[in-house]
Amino acid sequence: MSDLRDLYQEVILDHNKRPRNFRILPQSTHKADGVNPLCGDRISVYLDVEDGVIKDIAFQGAGCAISSASASLMTEALKGKPVAEVEHLFEAFHNVVTTDCECPRGLGKLSVLAGVRDYPSRVKCATLAWHAVRAALERHTEPVATE
Amino acid sequence: MNAMSALPALSTLPPTRSAGLDLVRIRAEFPILRQKIHGKPLVYLDNAASVQKPKAVIDAIGECYSGYYANIHRGVHLLSERSTAAYEGAREKVRAFLNAASVQEIIFTRNTTESINLVASSFGGSVVKAGDEIVITGMEHHSNIVPWQLLCERTGAVLKVAPFTDAGELILEEYERLLDSGRVKLAAFVHLSNALGTINPVKLMIELAHARGVPVLVDGAQAVPHLAVDMQALDCDFYAFSSHKIYGPSGVGVLYGKQALLEAMPPYQGGGDMIRLVTFEKTEYADLPNKFEAGTPSIAEVIGLGAALDWLTAIGLDAVAAHEHELLEYTTTQLQEIPGLNIMGMARDKAALAAFTLQGVHPHDIGTILDREGVAIRAGHHCAQPVMQRYGVPATARASFAVYNTRDEVDALVKSLWKVKELFE
Repeated sequence: MSDLRDLYQEVILDHNKRPRNFRILPQSTHKADGVNPLCGDRISVYLDVEDGVIKDIAFQGAGCAISSASASLMTEALKGKPVAEVEHLFEAFHNVVTTDCECPRGLGKLSVLAGVRDYPSRVKCATLAWHAVRAALERHTEPVATE
Repeated sequence: MNAMSALPALSTLPPTRSAGLDLVRIRAEFPILRQKIHGKPLVYLDNAASVQKPKAVIDAIGECYSGYYANIHRGVHLLSERSTAAYEGAREKVRAFLNAASVQEIIFTRNTTESINLVASSFGGSVVKAGDEIVITGMEHHSNIVPWQLLCERTGAVLKVAPFTDAGELILEEYERLLDSGRVKLAAFVHLSNALGTINPVKLMIELAHARGVPVLVDGAQAVPHLAVDMQALDCDFYAFSSHKIYGPSGVGVLYGKQALLEAMPPYQGGGDMIRLVTFEKTEYADLPNKFEAGTPSIAEVIGLGAALDWLTAIGLDAVAAHEHELLEYTTTQLQEIPGLNIMGMARDKAALAAFTLQGVHPHDIGTILDREGVAIRAGHHCAQPVMQRYGVPATARASFAVYNTRDEVDALVKSLWKVKELFE
């Protein structure tokens, strides 16, 4: 059980049970769907961008604890951030969930997902919401897939 | 830890014998089962996806490659003759296993999917026209949906889907109603559902179709490792299954087809081994079954399938079915003790498979946690997304059993599910 606690940390279980920013943004400027064809998980992300800054961000959908918590934590991390920072944060986050790197400062709570690196089949769950946000900002209309 | 105290009592029956089978001896024949996963004994319950291989099968493949391997059907040298004899010997073993009338009715393919695609392309392509209908059921695997959708797109035919009840049983009246349109050119349905465990009344379904002049394809991928099937008694027109689900190697599938139908059908693929005479003006095709086996097949794997059928026949499918039925009943009772656990598919006639959801926990999380306990299950849509949509769930967790599984392993499954609940509560 101890190594499972590394993956399913309290923060993750909490965000899974009570996802933050879990709603539709009616006034969103950007929206995209993310699909993981492997498991059929599907989430929608909504962004309200003004003057290059993410004023509001929300998501909806059904997924596993890792994808739900990751989406929830991502919305908290990105709210108020300049759009220009998304790529940088995504790259740092992707490194944390796929490599044995030291967690860089500035990732904050997102680093609780570091345990995913020991579960290669679950990396796509952790990055699904991020792929959707990047697609939304690139204004893709088709759902993006993790495959 | 309160949840743990509610653990149901462990089985009181000796776990090593069931339905007259010596499970210790059977398990000893599967080298892969001896290992530990994350420090725990492997409990392999993903048998509906693919089943593990007994030593008899592994050895048969090794003996072929180290003893007598060569290409088949064309060499004049001894190794080619021996390989050909072993390969064609496996075809006879498949014929006997299915009780087909002739070896000419046994076509080797890559897998069930290719067998179905062969029928969709060759039979469907020559018989089905715009406005015709193909009838399937709502509980099909994608491999018995998509080939027909492709055929319908090509021809302008229409796919009709017979629904099933909440318990996972086909609604026969609806199936019959669809057959009554007068436009149905083929009924294609699953014998044993991989997503629900339902065993369909295929004999009756075939009779209903034949009464209306409609030929039938049965997807037997999940059925053959668990139930004895008899082509002549069933009287089905096509029957498809995969070697890897019946203790044989991957890379081999079987298509049974009635001789008259197969003879009338055009080839599926062109190439070597499927011809009698080739000139640039015209090609004469080989007789059955070679007409449908273009190119060098999976020789050693076909021979391995033959060994698997010998192995399974020696144990006896009736004993296998009795043992697995006991496992199913025990599993169902034990799983129903877990609050919030919902079993999907409670057909009266059901195989040893439990698909379930657990309130508040996504099946993928269940799968990951169980894996750390050494328990391998499948989590996802099981290539049957319409079934998931029918129940309004994105995915399920599925424990599926084989002859080597024991009550102890069911206990390990149940115990780790309590751990899942503990972690997520």
